[in-house]
Amino acid sequence: MRDGRVVKGVRFREHRIVGDILELAGRYRDEGADELVFYDITASPEERSVDRSWVTRVARLLDIPFCVAGGIRSVADAETVLAAGAEKVSVNSPALANPDLIDELSHRFGSQCVVVGIDSETVAGEYRVQQYTGDPGRSRDTTRRTLDWVGEAVRRGAGEIVLNCMSSDGVRRGYDIAQLRAIRAGCTVPLVASGGAGAAEHFVEVFRDARVDAALAASVFHSGEIAIAALKKQLAADGIEVRR
Amino acid sequence: MNRRDVVIIESGGANIASLQYALERLDVRASLSADAGRIRQASHVILPGVGAAGDAMRRLRAAALDELIPTLRQPLLGICLGMQLLFESSAEDHTACLGIIPARAERLPAAADRPVPHIGWNTLDTLGDSALLEGLRAGDHAYFVHSYALPVGAWTSAKTSYGQTFSACVQQANFFGVQFHPERSARVGARLLRNFIEINP
Repeated sequence: MRDGRVVKGVRFREHRIVGDILELAGRYRDEGADELVFYDITASPEERSVDRSWVTRVARLLDIPFCVAGGIRSVADAETVLAAGAEKVSVNSPALANPDLIDELSHRFGSQCVVVGIDSETVAGEYRVQQYTGDPGRSRDTTRRTLDWVGEAVRRGAGEIVLNCMSSDGVRRGYDIAQLRAIRAGCTVPLVASGGAGAAEHFVEVFRDARVDAALAASVFHSGEIAIAALKKQLAADGIEVRR
Repeated sequence: MNRRDVVIIESGGANIASLQYALERLDVRASLSADAGRIRQASHVILPGVGAAGDAMRRLRAAALDELIPTLRQPLLGICLGMQLLFESSAEDHTACLGIIPARAERLPAAADRPVPHIGWNTLDTLGDSALLEGLRAGDHAYFVHSYALPVGAWTSAKTSYGQTFSACVQQANFFGVQFHPERSARVGARLLRNFIEINP
């Protein structure tokens, strides 16, 4: 999201407006999405917070959990969003800049509210954490190994990890199974796969082969290319438990 | 539906916005109160709860609600920690709770593939006979977020398994409880909240 509108990036660089938040949220609720994540991808780079007024409107509408990501830099930021009805907050760049933020959030609200989002890319043959990915001018390689950061985030109180595999993001060739498997092995909290979903088989693959707890996608749902109900049917047919 | 006067017990610390919105979607406007007189007048009482058992009981005691709640005669619904507070005690901070139902909340054991807190959608496995569960079926999913759980006993009206089997829904006389969050459990949660509001005081 940017300025209260839904946008979607292709490999994190080009963004286009997809639609109004409430309309889309209502559609996904009705189609059987299990959880929604709202990312304000411009928030961190521009040093500003997400516009919070929409959180209340979304909370009134949704009867499923939702998570707010972007611009959560303090306990006060998180408090506003959670009090407005969000189930979880997700922190990414601000947690890299100030890892104590994870401890503070989990002490104040409980680890069940605290998601750490990680943008990861293969650099020099290893998986490395990328920061400020919402802004092409500021995006940088932290040189931190992704698995190390996952371990630290969990020790500090992260209740869930969303791993966005950047080279797969928006290109719809499937989730980065090899990377997700590697991270899964070292992650003791729920792991959510993000980046790369292009077909129903990709979801089957990521649950079966990477054993992630959830799979996140945007483009294929925004475009209507994959209908959530049909996707759930296929997952169930392939032996993966889904909410009916 | 007859006129309902639903009061959500405001004991601080709990995030009740999403619960209020869920009731609004059912055309029920609930009041928020920590006043014993006001709570006693309600047709239906909801005891929400997010956070730790020790803090929650301290807040109830500070408002003398620990003495009021067990004496209530109208339908009362405890949600998540609110359900756990209806019981004898909790292993969380070794807390003495309201003592309405005789069992102790114990910490869920974690395993490599089963992290605690238990967060997410899980199934309601066995549904007993309870007005709260009208229209729900075994296998329906509800949204859970918790680290402590109550054992199965005479009070159990629905069970859920996460490593071990625990009480997902409980009832003892006019006291009802759900371990999951009906306000975030889509169709299943909305139906359960409606069932609760429709129970005649």
